[in-house]
Amino acid sequence: MFDRDKWQEIFSTIKKNKLRTFLTGFSVAWGIFMLIILLGSGKGLQNGVSKEFDSSATNTIWVWSGQTSLPYKGMKPGRNIQLENKDYDEVKTSVKGIDKSSSRYNIWGNNILSYKKQNGSFNIRNVYPDYADIEKLVIVKGRFINHPDIEHYRKATTISTQVEDALFKGEDPIGKYINVNGVPFKVVGIFTDDDSRDDNMRTIYLPISTAQRVFSGDNRINTIAITVGDASVTESKEIEKEVRTKLATLHKFDPEDPRAIFIWNSLEEFQKFMRLFAGIQSFIWIIGFGTIVAGIVGVSNIMMIVVKDRTKEIGIRKAMGATPFSIVSLILQEAVLITSFAGYIGLVMGVVVLETVGKNIESKFFSQPSVDLQVAVYALVLLVFCGALAGFIPARRAAAIKPIEALRDE
Amino acid sequence: MIRLTNIHKSYVTGSNSLHVLKGIDLKIEQGEFVSVMGSSGSGKSTLLNILGILDNYDLGDYYLDGTLIRSQSETRSAALRNRYIGFVFQSFNLISFKNALENVALPLYYQQVPRKKRNRIALEYLERMGLKDWAEHMPNELSGGQKQRIAIARAMISKPRVILADEPTGALDTATSYEVMQLIKEINTEGITVILVTHENDIAHMTKRIIRLRDGLIESEVLNGKPPIIN
Repeated sequence: MFDRDKWQEIFSTIKKNKLRTFLTGFSVAWGIFMLIILLGSGKGLQNGVSKEFDSSATNTIWVWSGQTSLPYKGMKPGRNIQLENKDYDEVKTSVKGIDKSSSRYNIWGNNILSYKKQNGSFNIRNVYPDYADIEKLVIVKGRFINHPDIEHYRKATTISTQVEDALFKGEDPIGKYINVNGVPFKVVGIFTDDDSRDDNMRTIYLPISTAQRVFSGDNRINTIAITVGDASVTESKEIEKEVRTKLATLHKFDPEDPRAIFIWNSLEEFQKFMRLFAGIQSFIWIIGFGTIVAGIVGVSNIMMIVVKDRTKEIGIRKAMGATPFSIVSLILQEAVLITSFAGYIGLVMGVVVLETVGKNIESKFFSQPSVDLQVAVYALVLLVFCGALAGFIPARRAAAIKPIEALRDE
Repeated sequence: MIRLTNIHKSYVTGSNSLHVLKGIDLKIEQGEFVSVMGSSGSGKSTLLNILGILDNYDLGDYYLDGTLIRSQSETRSAALRNRYIGFVFQSFNLISFKNALENVALPLYYQQVPRKKRNRIALEYLERMGLKDWAEHMPNELSGGQKQRIAIARAMISKPRVILADEPTGALDTATSYEVMQLIKEINTEGITVILVTHENDIAHMTKRIIRLRDGLIESEVLNGKPPIIN
């Protein structure tokens, strides 16, 4: 196979037909280039969305209350449902399969935080310690709210880096007291959130027990968030249903009522997206493969013309003692050489474009477009195979040339 | 060297069958210098193709150096052509994108002779043809006579037993024709059998035996005055 003379034969014909070879190679390079770009973009899209999901646990179920829309046991629709601490406690103790859990109590309106002469308006979220895991908060300094804080109604708070910047102006906030709507809270930690949406970062966290007591929240809560560990979608749906039934019993509403409480199951959503991406991925492969096939047909076509062009030459070679095998391998190797070389160029170009242009496109649903080495290797193997396929039919035709007919061809 | 008995060959084109050779019996000894003459359509090119194992025949027997040549595989035909036969064509049939040296060396390539060695041998043959200085030239930079001499060198390089020349002077002027014929004569005196197809009487008369074909049969055979000399 690695016969230097044969390569020289091939290179001399390629050199002789630069334009033809270029055009052939171009169609293959283009096919691979497009495949790589498409695959890379698909990956980028997937990365982008995965990142969105990364900012809070992908196995979370969020529950918040609404208004009944169905009559139930003699009660008219339109009742407001207010979640309370005991709902959270009941759910937490009675529903199996819950990993982390927290309820959340929001204080609406303008909450003025102040430290010395600095002040600003921020969100206040009152939660249990597990909430840090549910929201995937990153603690950069100190700690998050902990259980003793809850039990002893401590006035402790974990603030965002944004709050730190706004209030402390370079001073170390840990151990300092900030004023929260006039009540002093001791800063115990600083967090940041990957999901850098403004309202997540313009936030401080307080122990829910303290907040309910200090800001006259009584026992009201707004949201229940639970994670389901590594449960499957079906298991997670099961847990979701149990939660709904539990709350329906507690608040006397129809478990089928879609508006009494709202549940958002991120695992289900996540799986939906993953399925979507699997679909997009295979779609991309189909398109990419189609593009390559078009390129291959092009190569085959050109090799056909090459064979026709070289009929006489092949006839001469045969008269000089060339065996059919040597003719087949001559044409085949040329086809494989052109496709793999051009394909490699296309591959490299595609990767270069992804790495340079793609890296600079960073948006909410698109990030880090890239192709796996494995995919690139697959593509190359596919190419060499297709190159051989493209060369095979013309090569067979070349081998079947009868020397006399070729030599008569003036 | 060559023995043909009752060779028949027809070409089928659509529903028509053209009976070209209608029973050729011929014996050519080693070292003979034979010309085949005949008007166009007499079957002389077909005969040459069969002799050169470029074409099959329908009926009869063809022995080349004691070997029966019949319906063997393409690969075997190629090997036989390479070993026994050198071709010289009217239109030279040099490969246009290879230089003179590479063209001459081509048969050795198919004998798997290493590159350096075959180039050295090719250069020797070019020197014999007086074309050593033209080794690097491409065919389109050469005159007709030079091209034919390169083609002859190419035919000679594999040391064939038989040289088949199909109108080797057909595309050349008279002076060049005679030069080329002189070369072919020299080759023949080395003991290589030469079979030449021509329709020019003066060329035919430079050979030692003239076979005239007419309508697919041998019409006459003339020993050209002198008996064939076998070295």
